[in-house]
Amino acid sequence: MSKMHLKMTVNGAEVETLAEPRELLIHVLRERLNLTGPHIGCDTSHCGACTVDMNGKSVKACTVVAAQANGASITTIEGLGTPDALHVLQRMFREHHGLQCGFCTPGMITRAWRLLQENPNPTEEEVRFGMSGNLCRCTGYQNIVKSILAAAAEMNAVKEAAE
Amino acid sequence: MIPGHFEYHRPTDVASALGILATHGDEARALAGGHSLIPMMKLRMAAVGHLVDLQAIPELRGIEVGPGRIRIGAMVTQADIIAHAGLTAAAPILAETALMIADPQVRNMGTIGGNVANGDPGNDMPALMQCLDASFELRGPEGARTVKARAFYESAYVTARSDDELLTAVSFAPTGGGYAYEKQKRKVGDYATAAAAVILTRAGATCASASIAMTNLADTPVWAEAAGAALVGTPVDAAAIKAAVAAMRAAISPTGDNRGPVAFKHHVAGAVLGHAIARAWSRA
Amino acid sequence: MNDQSPTRDERIEKLKGLGASRRRVEDVRFTQGKGNYVDDIKMPGMLFGDFVRSPYAHARVVSVNKAAALALPGVVAVLTAEDLAPLGLHWMPTLAGDKQMVLADGKVLFQGQEVAFVVAKDRYTAADAVELIEVEYEDLPVVTDPFKALEPDAPVLREDLAGKTEGAHGHRRHHNHIFTWEMGDEAGTETALSEAEVVAEETVYYHRTHPCPLETCGCVASMDKVNGKLTVWGTFQAPHAVRTVASLISGIAEHNIRIISPDIGGGFGNKVGVYPGYICSIVASIVTGVPVKWVEDRMENLMSTAFARDYWMKGRISATKDGRITALDCHVTADHGAFDACADPTKFPAGFFNICTGSYDIPVAHLTVDGVYTNKAPGGVAYRCSFRVTEAAYFIERMIEVLAIKLGMDAADLRAKNFIRKDQFPYHSALGWEYDSGDYHTAWAKALEAVGYKSLRAEQAARVEAFKRGETRKLIGIGLCHFTEIVGAGPVKNCDILGLGMFDSCEIRIHPTGSAIARLGTISQGQGHATTFAQILASEIGLPADDITIEEGDTDTAPYGLGTYGSRSTPVAGAATAMAGRKIRAKAQMIAAYLLEVHDDDVEWDVDRFTVKGAPERFKTMKEIAFAAYHNAIPGLEPGLEAVSYYDPPNMTYPFGAYICVMEIDVDTGVWEIRQFYALDDCGTRINPMIIEGQVHGGVTEGLAIAMGQELAYDEIGNVKTGTLMDFFIPTAWETPHYITDFTETPSPHHPIGAKGVGESPNVGSVPAFSNAVQDAFRAFGHVHAHMPHDHWRIWTIAEGLGLHA
Repeated sequence: MSKMHLKMTVNGAEVETLAEPRELLIHVLRERLNLTGPHIGCDTSHCGACTVDMNGKSVKACTVVAAQANGASITTIEGLGTPDALHVLQRMFREHHGLQCGFCTPGMITRAWRLLQENPNPTEEEVRFGMSGNLCRCTGYQNIVKSILAAAAEMNAVKEAAE
Repeated sequence: MIPGHFEYHRPTDVASALGILATHGDEARALAGGHSLIPMMKLRMAAVGHLVDLQAIPELRGIEVGPGRIRIGAMVTQADIIAHAGLTAAAPILAETALMIADPQVRNMGTIGGNVANGDPGNDMPALMQCLDASFELRGPEGARTVKARAFYESAYVTARSDDELLTAVSFAPTGGGYAYEKQKRKVGDYATAAAAVILTRAGATCASASIAMTNLADTPVWAEAAGAALVGTPVDAAAIKAAVAAMRAAISPTGDNRGPVAFKHHVAGAVLGHAIARAWSRA
Repeated sequence: MNDQSPTRDERIEKLKGLGASRRRVEDVRFTQGKGNYVDDIKMPGMLFGDFVRSPYAHARVVSVNKAAALALPGVVAVLTAEDLAPLGLHWMPTLAGDKQMVLADGKVLFQGQEVAFVVAKDRYTAADAVELIEVEYEDLPVVTDPFKALEPDAPVLREDLAGKTEGAHGHRRHHNHIFTWEMGDEAGTETALSEAEVVAEETVYYHRTHPCPLETCGCVASMDKVNGKLTVWGTFQAPHAVRTVASLISGIAEHNIRIISPDIGGGFGNKVGVYPGYICSIVASIVTGVPVKWVEDRMENLMSTAFARDYWMKGRISATKDGRITALDCHVTADHGAFDACADPTKFPAGFFNICTGSYDIPVAHLTVDGVYTNKAPGGVAYRCSFRVTEAAYFIERMIEVLAIKLGMDAADLRAKNFIRKDQFPYHSALGWEYDSGDYHTAWAKALEAVGYKSLRAEQAARVEAFKRGETRKLIGIGLCHFTEIVGAGPVKNCDILGLGMFDSCEIRIHPTGSAIARLGTISQGQGHATTFAQILASEIGLPADDITIEEGDTDTAPYGLGTYGSRSTPVAGAATAMAGRKIRAKAQMIAAYLLEVHDDDVEWDVDRFTVKGAPERFKTMKEIAFAAYHNAIPGLEPGLEAVSYYDPPNMTYPFGAYICVMEIDVDTGVWEIRQFYALDDCGTRINPMIIEGQVHGGVTEGLAIAMGQELAYDEIGNVKTGTLMDFFIPTAWETPHYITDFTETPSPHHPIGAKGVGESPNVGSVPAFSNAVQDAFRAFGHVHAHMPHDHWRIWTIAEGLGLHA
């Protein structure tokens, strides 16, 4: 079966690759672009381990075919911060023990990153609802919620200081 | 879980999409958000030779809120519905229902057109559309036609839409009065064990009009006309709710599954509807 | 003169040793998406494997036609049992002394069983090829009920065992019977039961479920034919055991096998076993000479690898009229599925289920367990618990409730009346264990006080009255649990797996500049070993935890160990770490004394240094000593500063805890809401409170899932009904409550640092607390017991049975 020429913006850079139309976006990212941050956990769009940002919205990359993503702008965990300049969410997840095995973490942080843009000052209940597309088997979510609330507080404090 | 091969199409207008569907017949499937179809393809339960992605067709987008009519394009996502203040002002039950569907990521991809068109009895929007007495706009090789939501569903995954037609929009009148979409499910991301859509209006101390529809309690959504009628003219007291529940129960035919056996579903359908009516009445 | 700053407290703080809530070193890579899990591994020329699986639970395999698959471009090979048979690899030994088909040999015994293994250039082609393989089956009668499996005319499941009346664990009395395991005093128990003032009886079923870590199982096998070396990266909770097993069954010398566990995305027991996918990948790599990757999808994970529980526990418990327990009897019918692949120590075919006397001083007890074959997936792993401990805890904590009902007593009082007292430790239980330490009354009192137990009971009673008056449709359940675990397997004298003693190990090298690397035989799956083992060592050797690298999971570099499961890492490998650290310190003492020009006995240890007794201003820090070890020629002493310890624990450890759950239940819909969940854990010495708390949150959430809906359900013809995460219940952040954690600290007297292990306590303790809450809500209406999981319809069914819907 012939491959198609995919063009996407991934983590701010224009990328091109060949892929079968049926390839799942998660496989294109992981196998062709070597972005192995997002993972595959359930295959059926329930767990959110594969969460990436597509055209400004959180999506589950296991349930998007490559052809659908042609032309899209994608952000993955790898695009959120650098080792020298971690995103505040990355720091807060560590600070508040918001992860254990780390397998859900890239999807979790990528989703939280979008959630805090949609709602910069969420309540605990709003965080729990907004994160309900991401499963974690290790943490019981309590410290994930804590990490996200702490990140929101810090981001808001920085914003206030700048204004 | 890996989908089989397909050829991919991304038409930019409805006419082209219809042309592709006509050319490839039952080999072709339209793709909206893909969150029902792609899992089926990954499980190899759906073999699709030609996938017709509707994402680039501007005519299928847009929410129009007019004084007497609301029209929502098929490719409008659940997230779009939730975020649209004008729609929420004119028909707040839309957002209330959309928030009960799946999870944030899935709502970003899942569309109203896909939700109502594929005929899955577990989907929430079909019952809501029946409750609202919505109309579905269909376009096919023969032109456009309109089918009432209440006449659209024939059995599980079988609808009035033929394979060469696209469902392009849904439309319905703005709602006044009280409303509620009540859904019992096992967790976020689950289909309903039972769900009820209720819209009613009030005149003085009594109910002036009421429409009730149920989700996942038969192989199609169930518009329970008699249940709504049982409320009209009453003060929506315990007796009236009991009568409405009885009428609704006569209209549903749930099957047993992992969510529970038939008797349980009958009972829960009643409890869920009771809660929905009470909440709708409190808002009327 | 040495500088006396920083202060002693500052020096302790700088170590980030025992008791510090040290931030995890692992998180730096995980939060950036730079973990390295097995599916992230990519090698040149790597092929992909995928399975053809049986749609039937019991059927004869008439034929397998590979032709169409082999004709598909990109398909390299298709393996069936016939291909593996010449190598003797069509069957493999299980951890429980049974054997299991690698690929269907003539018949299939459970839905999802591996029938053929396709090897192709990528996973898409492999999946296409799987569809093209035609397998002809002939239906056989299916048995999914272990009681029916033991009926005289039940179909014969394991034809390979025909005529064999002796199994790995003794006599087999029926063709579907695996073993009978008996403990305790039958005659004494029967006498006590027959003479008792009150006897309560109940059958308690702990349903079949699955650990379901977010990462499924998988591996990459790479046979290097040039050097004759096989390397396998995989989701292995016990890499050394895998190496030994791989060597024994493949014939490849053990030194030519290298097993590497990379980052593991959660294990919870799922990744202890050896699965057909590993064997087939290894064979495929040997055959093709290139690396072969196999990663299962979620449905395959739930259907074929490592179920947990499935214990039918029939109990009788007796007491005096005023609530003093006199005896306990339990008979278990254990559904092991098609092959006995339980991960238990050899001498314990039902694991440590004989901890089922729980936290109570029960004078006499008796236990029998019958293992049974059915047409269900093999497994029987310890899902976040030590071997069969959560089943035991659930059993006794339900029996206590049932007894309380029979006695008309408050269940909290009944527990307190029968707890083993603090002064009774070490305590010898009626079923053979020696409990190391505990203070149950203190923990229990603290828990009851924390939740306001008395006022909760008053509120509950008022709610029942309101319900009876028709004012509400919601009831309140108060779920109590006081559990005692047995973890840290274990003493080599009675614990082995496949003949391998269950010790563990640590090897430490101190670098000249005063940093270190320690390697262990365990492997973290999220527990944070790289963080906590460094803390243990920091306190032992006085080097900052931040300067100590912890490495696990590579059998070429790590010392031999039995791996991470059963909460054994802290009790066993943690002890090995402390002991190896003490060897380092012993040598360091000699070096320090030499440098300080005093006798060895004239120096003493102080946080991070040796000081001259009575002259604390004269000292050598560990950093200085490390350099000297490589620099100064010290008479009579070898250069270098290294140590290794293989720790054989003298006993198990016995963590305990008190959990209380308050639940609101809607009688009409079965919908529940957790109003409060309080978890008090006593895991002995606390290494890292932050990590302990995180372990408790996670384990309680697993318990919530298990108790309230999670199950591997089968229909009558053996179809798995809960094969995806739509139906296999894993709560989201939305359904999960906020937990309150608390602790007491009763150190283990035999562990070098007093630690007992905590990872599994919350799963063990929370399941009874959730279940007891549901059942307690209906106690006022005459309810005694209903089986888990307590999903909406089953809760509704309790209410329906009590006539509460009338």
